[in-house]
Amino acid sequence: MTYSFRALMGACAVAAISTAAAAETITVATVNNGDMIRMQGLMAEFNARHPDIQVEWVTLEENVLRQKVTTDIATKGGQFDVLTIGTYEVPIWGKQGWLVSLNDLPPDYDADDILPAIRNGLTVDGELYAAPFYGESSMIMYRTDLMEKAGLTMPDAPSWAFVKEAAAKMTDKDAEVYGICLRGKAGWGENMAFLSAMANSYGTSWFDMDWKPQFDSEGWKAALTDYLDMMTNYGPPGASNNGFNENLALFQQGKCGMWIDATVAASFVTNPHDSTVADKVGFALAPDTGKGKRSNWLWAWNLAIPAGSQKVDAARTFVAWATSKDYAELVASKEGWANVPPGTRTSLYENPEYQKVPFAKMTLDSINAADPTNPAVDPVPYVGIQFVAIPEFQGIGTAVGQQFSAALAGSMTAEAALEAAQAFTTREMTRAGYIK
Amino acid sequence: MSRRITARRTLIVTLAAWTVGFLIFFPILWTVLISFKSEGDAIKAPFAMLMSDWTFASYEQVQTRSNYSRHFMNSVVISLGSTLVALAIAIPAAWAMAFVPGKRTKDVLMWMLSTKMMPAVGVLIPLYLLFRDLGLLDTRTGLVIVLTLINLPIVIWMLYTYFKEIPGEILEAARMDGATLRSEILYILTPMAVPGIASTLLLNVILAWNEAFWTLQLTTSRAAPLTQFIASYSSPEGLFYAKLSAASTMAIAPILILGWFSQKQLVRGLTFGAVK
Repeated sequence: MTYSFRALMGACAVAAISTAAAAETITVATVNNGDMIRMQGLMAEFNARHPDIQVEWVTLEENVLRQKVTTDIATKGGQFDVLTIGTYEVPIWGKQGWLVSLNDLPPDYDADDILPAIRNGLTVDGELYAAPFYGESSMIMYRTDLMEKAGLTMPDAPSWAFVKEAAAKMTDKDAEVYGICLRGKAGWGENMAFLSAMANSYGTSWFDMDWKPQFDSEGWKAALTDYLDMMTNYGPPGASNNGFNENLALFQQGKCGMWIDATVAASFVTNPHDSTVADKVGFALAPDTGKGKRSNWLWAWNLAIPAGSQKVDAARTFVAWATSKDYAELVASKEGWANVPPGTRTSLYENPEYQKVPFAKMTLDSINAADPTNPAVDPVPYVGIQFVAIPEFQGIGTAVGQQFSAALAGSMTAEAALEAAQAFTTREMTRAGYIK
Repeated sequence: MSRRITARRTLIVTLAAWTVGFLIFFPILWTVLISFKSEGDAIKAPFAMLMSDWTFASYEQVQTRSNYSRHFMNSVVISLGSTLVALAIAIPAAWAMAFVPGKRTKDVLMWMLSTKMMPAVGVLIPLYLLFRDLGLLDTRTGLVIVLTLINLPIVIWMLYTYFKEIPGEILEAARMDGATLRSEILYILTPMAVPGIASTLLLNVILAWNEAFWTLQLTTSRAAPLTQFIASYSSPEGLFYAKLSAASTMAIAPILILGWFSQKQLVRGLTFGAVK
């Protein structure tokens, strides 16, 4: 009996060791946000389906991740098998040949189900270079109680004039309630994401068809002046330091009447655990000026496989699982439909259960209202709404963002900021060879 | 009269020192306080935050999500390893410069220090390529090499300053008694410079422990030290201040305790030769 038991244990140990030896470990680089952390918590489900693939996570802050992943992919370091990258990087890296094509994902993956606006941004010359994990646009989140108190009704698709009027009426500085909270922190992905999208709605853009910067246009002047006017009179103090997180904290503490930012914030501000105003939040499309473009952006966090990876098949299996319809259902079964990664699949928005989520419709409408291949009123030579998908944009966008943030802090005028932005961008674009 | 002035001056200086000390320590204190709050309470106004309930929830979540002990061990190996290797190279180098100075010794010292003035990111790509080809990416060995090279100028400078304080005649006497170069350094110089070597060691362990550029760039998971452990809790889209504070507290606690117990040595190391 003892002998048989020992033999059995020995066999089990050998089996366990051989399974472990056969398992392939892939390294996934990702950002620290709610949806990604949730996925890490669901790895047992992935391992149950794919015991031959182990996943090692490298979670980093967005900017650190971007720098590190860029170094690794540019040098073909091969440290990562799956990367979490944004819609800004995918077309640039795809064109460079740095990413593995995902055109051959299995048929049950149903790539045609991906929202067209998102899919177009991830496709270069017919090749899908990344699979979207979650997508987002921007929209207005507002306090229904304060709006009612101001005697106004928020339309589904408001104009900037209405937003300005509402901001004025909702502001009560004595009670530390500010009519509008917007991004002010300098950075291409911070204040410039918001201001670039806002400028589109004012009928202008970053560049014309000859790559000439447009900061000397009337549209930019009007957009920046309105932004500064609203933020100075109805915004929170120290707004030039506020990014997504700072505004989220202000809104959750009931200090903002309106907040225009990423649709992903909707699940945070309506979560009663964290938000003191969870039951008083309404949603509307990002504003416009009637010129044909709204001020909403489009962004997605995507999973891509670097060309330097030695484990492409395992990586592809993981990417297909994490961005599949089944994954959405898995999250829904464990944590409810409101926590399913939003903004990637048509089928999710057709699901009657998901339609009950209060911000589902407005998120989809906002995403559908965004067209990264045709972001401005007039034709432009680039792809991207709140960014310009060229490698030089990170540096230029941040430098311009610093000028506009300085204008918000009151250390320079709007005109001076626009002039400096125009001069800097013209110089850099000439140096990079875009302007002949 | 003069006693009163001295007493008042002492009081003012003491108060000023405590104020400056508190201001410098305040961010760390605030981080520790936030780490014992829930995410919802962490974003409240300072007074409301302090008055809210205390909880260990963030520490529990950080423990569940991350492998602290692996990051901790990596930090220990990397910081101690790089400091010991640097000392092994720096002691003979500092000996040569202090006791057998050449015409260009001062220039060499300045040149070594000038390498610290170069922005690290400037050599990121070449170093990354070297590491890739040598298979050193995401290895403790790789980080020990890099941190040794980065801290070597400071180690040599500090030891050089200490060695200059030791009378050359003692070494000469040892040589007269037939000591070889090796025994001169090992049995005469090193024991006499133990306090200096100890403070150099401590300071460099702290510098290596806190190094955040190379440790983040050259590691992914296996060799990732506590700097990456902290970075994994920072997020531009989502409020994780309490968890980030808990992770930061866990990362700095060991070095803070080490610094606390060795502060006399550290202060001596940092101010050595300053009164000359």
